[in-house]
Amino acid sequence: MNSNLDLNSNVSSLSDLSNFSTNNKFEKNELTFKNIKNFTLNFGPQHPAAHGVLRLVLELDGEIVERADPHIGLLHRGTEKLIEYKNYTQALPYFDRLDYVSMMAQEHGYSLAVEQLLSVNVPLRAKYIRVLFLEITRILNHLMAVTTHALDVGALTPFLWGFEEREKLMEFYERVSGARMHAAYIRPGGVNYDIPKGLLEDISKFIVQFNDRIDEIEELLTENRIWKQRLVDIGTVSYKDALNWGFSGVMLRGSGISWDLRKNKPYEIYDKINFSVPIGKNGDCYDRYLIRVEEMRQSLSIMQDCINNIPNGFVKVDDKKISPPSRASMKHHMESLIHHFKIYSQGYAVPKSETYSVVEAPKGEFGVYLVSDGSSKPYRCRIKAPGFLHLQGLDFMSKNHMIADVVTIIGTLDIVFGEVDR
Amino acid sequence: MKNNLVLLNYLNKNLQKYISYIELDSEGSKTDNTLKIFVLPKNITFVSKFLKNHSNLQFKQLMDLTAIDYPNKLNRFELMYNFLSITKNNRLILKSFVKSNRSVSSLSSLYNSSIWLEREIWDLFGIFFNHHPDLRRILTDYGFDGFPLRKDFPLTGYVEVRYDDEKKRVLQEPLEVSQEFRVFDFLSPWEKK
Repeated sequence: MNSNLDLNSNVSSLSDLSNFSTNNKFEKNELTFKNIKNFTLNFGPQHPAAHGVLRLVLELDGEIVERADPHIGLLHRGTEKLIEYKNYTQALPYFDRLDYVSMMAQEHGYSLAVEQLLSVNVPLRAKYIRVLFLEITRILNHLMAVTTHALDVGALTPFLWGFEEREKLMEFYERVSGARMHAAYIRPGGVNYDIPKGLLEDISKFIVQFNDRIDEIEELLTENRIWKQRLVDIGTVSYKDALNWGFSGVMLRGSGISWDLRKNKPYEIYDKINFSVPIGKNGDCYDRYLIRVEEMRQSLSIMQDCINNIPNGFVKVDDKKISPPSRASMKHHMESLIHHFKIYSQGYAVPKSETYSVVEAPKGEFGVYLVSDGSSKPYRCRIKAPGFLHLQGLDFMSKNHMIADVVTIIGTLDIVFGEVDR
Repeated sequence: MKNNLVLLNYLNKNLQKYISYIELDSEGSKTDNTLKIFVLPKNITFVSKFLKNHSNLQFKQLMDLTAIDYPNKLNRFELMYNFLSITKNNRLILKSFVKSNRSVSSLSSLYNSSIWLEREIWDLFGIFFNHHPDLRRILTDYGFDGFPLRKDFPLTGYVEVRYDDEKKRVLQEPLEVSQEFRVFDFLSPWEKK
């Protein structure tokens, strides 16, 4: 038997047969053309590289992906329906748990929406604290995104180094709010507690050493031949495609579109801070990786700016019908006690209107569409997660790539299933 | 704000036949007061095409598409389309009221982002989209029955799911909760409304 002809192999296309040498028993005119279906592979819900619960049904032609069909909904918790049955304060922790690697960005989106409905102005100190922690959140997210992406592609060390830095950042979360991850810190009306003594000095120390940490991670990856071969020209997104598929955030900026909500539609104090936004050229995975690393550096400069310029003042809005009084005054004054009781039992009533508020979450454009009917519970709260639209693009991005590239593309889309499935 | 007034007048002039109602929320706080256009369901495709292709508008991105259920109204569902123009730095909300059991034309030929967004609305609300390339469920379980985000669908649902060791598979059974879901009415009789 000719060693080239292996009758037991899974012949997935007729072109393979014609490559075999002709001195064998098969003759070409005996071949009949059949309709061959693509090989369907289940990149199942339990997979280390699937970034959560993603059931990806891949239709393959050999190793080339013809079609990628993501089945989501395995982490669907019914967040939007649950929020309709809760107060505005009780609904806040749901937002923490949507994108569970960058918690405060979601809380911020929701708080901005509620504040718009209530027409309240948050004090300046609260805005500075919010921006400081939002940039900490951005660094948290990009560390996770870049290092887990590297882990999926095969580089194991940046993951460990990045997560040590995440631990330091989560320690800041814990000092300010009491919880390492789901802080419930940024609330409608301001921020929950004032920052404790010594935190700003510690954050400054972190900033000073973090630049070197990013340099260490970059040293392993950026100029690395293997990393470049795995990432350059993979998952290229053109300008037109990025707009058509509803991408936002780093996915847009990677394709050369200069759109950052912090610059184009500034909110909080982003118009007062000097920072730049990196834009990519080719729209491939490598550009997006470089953008994320550079955004981490820019976040450091924003954080340093905030620490230098933070004013003194209140951290919650003055209106006691919205922001609860401190425990000391609650225990000593009758009015505060009544306000505390009304806020925590009934909740504050929000005027009947609706708003769509967007923020530049680390993953993209996070939107909250809040409809209020005048009572203390939201009538409808729609959560527009950037990952939902990004995951939709997985199909067209991974056409004509190989299975290993699918893993790279999922990593660069920066998908977290908490927000995709809600 | 001024930008949106100009936009309002422009749209009013050019799309008068198609737009039922335009609203620009002049009160409400600081940030963007987004322009809202109300159209009839049959005009959604035309108005979206105008918004996308017209050089003065260039709303190239459909960022969000959702529905809100008002069971008391005749036109039960309110569809909300959220457009974003990057070149003109502007947002626009398009709304339409749809009766239950009525279908709407899909925008998937114009905006690819609407493919999954419309799938989600079909799955959670039950609004059918004509000419959609792939309308199937996206968030609910594979054999799920019903449209969860409608107001008449209970929070706890109708079925519960458990693994049966005898039959060695997952079973769907009618719901049994140990404590019924309590809805608190906080308004005291002395308060208005």
